[in-house]
Amino acid sequence: MATRAESRVPPRSEWAYAPAPESADPFIRERYDLFVNGEFVPAADGRYRTIVNPANEETLCEVAEGGVADVDRAVKAARRAYTRVWSKMPARERGKYLFRIARLLQERAREFAVAESKNGGKPIRESRDTDIPLVCAHFFYYAGWADKLDFAFPGARARPLGVCGQVIPWNFPLLMAAWKLAPALAAGNTCVLKTAETTPVTALKLAEILQSADLPPGVVNVVPGGRPTGQAVIEHPDVDKIAFTGSTAVGKWIMKALAGTNKKYTLELGGKAANIIFEDAAIDQAVEGIIDAIFFNQGHVCCAGSRLLVQEGVADRIIEKLQRRMDHLIVGDPLDKNTDVGAINSREQLEKINAYLAVGQEEGAEMWQASCPVPEKGYWCRPTLFTNVSQSHRITQEEIFGPVLAIQTFRTAEEAVLKANNTPYGLSGGVWTDKGAKIFKVTRALKAGVVWANTFNKFDPSSPFGGYKESGMGREGGWHGLMPYIRLERNHAG
Amino acid sequence: MHTTPSRHSSFITSPPVDQIGVEERVARLHSRSIKKASKVEALRLALSMLDLTTLEGSDSAGKVRQLCFKAMHVHDALPLPHVAAVCVYPTLVRVAREALGHSSIKVAAVATAFPAGQADRETKIRDTRFAIEEGADEIDMVISRGEFLRGEIAYVHDEIAEIKSICGPILLKVILETGELGTLDRVRQASDVALAAGADFIKTSTGKIQPAATPPVALVMMEALRDFHTRTGERRGLKPAGGIRTAKQAIQYLVMLRETLGPEWLTPDLFRIGASTLANDLVMQIAKESNGVYQSVDYFSQV
Repeated sequence: MATRAESRVPPRSEWAYAPAPESADPFIRERYDLFVNGEFVPAADGRYRTIVNPANEETLCEVAEGGVADVDRAVKAARRAYTRVWSKMPARERGKYLFRIARLLQERAREFAVAESKNGGKPIRESRDTDIPLVCAHFFYYAGWADKLDFAFPGARARPLGVCGQVIPWNFPLLMAAWKLAPALAAGNTCVLKTAETTPVTALKLAEILQSADLPPGVVNVVPGGRPTGQAVIEHPDVDKIAFTGSTAVGKWIMKALAGTNKKYTLELGGKAANIIFEDAAIDQAVEGIIDAIFFNQGHVCCAGSRLLVQEGVADRIIEKLQRRMDHLIVGDPLDKNTDVGAINSREQLEKINAYLAVGQEEGAEMWQASCPVPEKGYWCRPTLFTNVSQSHRITQEEIFGPVLAIQTFRTAEEAVLKANNTPYGLSGGVWTDKGAKIFKVTRALKAGVVWANTFNKFDPSSPFGGYKESGMGREGGWHGLMPYIRLERNHAG
Repeated sequence: MHTTPSRHSSFITSPPVDQIGVEERVARLHSRSIKKASKVEALRLALSMLDLTTLEGSDSAGKVRQLCFKAMHVHDALPLPHVAAVCVYPTLVRVAREALGHSSIKVAAVATAFPAGQADRETKIRDTRFAIEEGADEIDMVISRGEFLRGEIAYVHDEIAEIKSICGPILLKVILETGELGTLDRVRQASDVALAAGADFIKTSTGKIQPAATPPVALVMMEALRDFHTRTGERRGLKPAGGIRTAKQAIQYLVMLRETLGPEWLTPDLFRIGASTLANDLVMQIAKESNGVYQSVDYFSQV
């Protein structure tokens, strides 16, 4: 190659990106109370929990901690609103409220994105481009269902269930609130929403939006708190339906607690998804897919592709490309527009992830971590992958819920399917191949509720989401997601 | 017209390319926010990587001299790097060479029956030799798209290899004319073939066909360069050309380059941008970053 004599620019530039912080004000109050019967009210015992920004461990705000008495007050308000207002309201009027909520959220999308990133640690790119747009889409989608329910089931009438107790996790705080509230409200139910202990902020900001939308008092009540608060919601005798997203352990407890009651329930629990890469896949795009599958939202995703199954002929190439790509991931300030991977949600979760990193190494797997620097304060975990992993390793079997990928190889499609299905979970999966027929053959053999082909972690409000086996029961999204919130009443006239 | 098929090119199997995946990756890379000091550095870098180009039937010695003066003095009101090269037709190489004098700016000549490449091998060889004899430092050749699309991959490979053997140490950029290739799979295959045949640079387009350079095409070519480097240890270059008019676009290409191939490629030795009007926008943006305000376009030479 011709050499260049002299140039005023050095031959190799260390060009790096300057900080690009998102500057929108999230308008987070210093203190939030419970949202019950359309008003913000303190907890009965006056307790507050300190909410921390996981990226710098600074206090974000104080939030009232709901107790048993508060849950009871919320359920009573919801029952009253259900009986007097919401179940009697014409469906198209309910729809109007939902459209209004969706529009108000859209108008304040940037503010909500910043609040979500500050509270949960997720990169602003994700809260801005994924979480909040999906929240709005979900409300818009179910708003459209409200006045169609009467015509959706020929020979039957869709009736609401009553009061719904909804318990949501910390990984997608506002999105999970939307997944729970939108279908419930569209069908004519009222709700008591229990937010996760570390991430109540955006749901409480949503409560402010419900106020400005003039939603009738009691239709939605938000009670932040920890496990005892959730238990009070689930065990409350006047709740008709439970919707829970969270761990499989809690899901099992809920099933026991609800046994013998008349409550309907849906559970969206853990996962340990297999992401299967065949050697005929578009390799570079598959590598991007692997990155999206496991490092999206720091791996705090129940449907994360946490087990990578690579066909042996391309395994070395894929791992080399993956490591190279991981070294380009920008880990750090969630509010920087260029950040790819943000902070781990809480100290507790970081300790759990670190424990698994130790377990993986003790069991003989080989750990590799991206070389990126991480901030000193806050909760951080470098993107990590394990090779030399076997099916019996704990890091293969158990959900880590962090940016940790366990890599195995396979020789035949049958072996890939066997390994993929050999898990107590069955929430999601991914298949990467350039051959259409193989996509159908393999995806049909996977025992998972959601399977992506040549992509991963794609969500749409019209698409049902939910799991097999210990990943839960029931579906959210689409008309499937409405079914758990209605009962069908036969028309006698016909 | 056909030569014996190459023994080497038959072993080239290019990986499939998923267009949707490529477009998603491009969109993600375009969402990078490049501000302040990193923006100024990127703008200066882009300027230093520019192949200032004029390839019109109406080109004259006078126009080429003007272009060369601009290449050396893009905007003397600011301390700026000069561009990497000027790119002209073979008949104007001597004019450019003289006009550039002792500056280190290269003269690149398009050859091999640019832009269509519709000529026999002998004509292409003569065209290349002429450009070199006139003083070209770099040759931008076009591939025979007709042969490539008919599946005569070996023909294309051997033609590139032959031109490279004529070029010797002279830098050879191989124009794939991706706008005529139709799919990203073919872009990838053409890139692999050109690199195997000895191309120093692979280049997207002539600028005469639409679409010219597009970010998805450039990304696929970068992936080919990355795999070539992994396989052989050699770093070869990329030149997107045609349709890159704004500083913002140029920065987007640099982001793609940095995150796909790495900082080693952030040099005019391995990355060029072929453009005729981009220099003006780069200079205007650099001026804006130093003054805080946009100046009238009339303060910058437009031609």
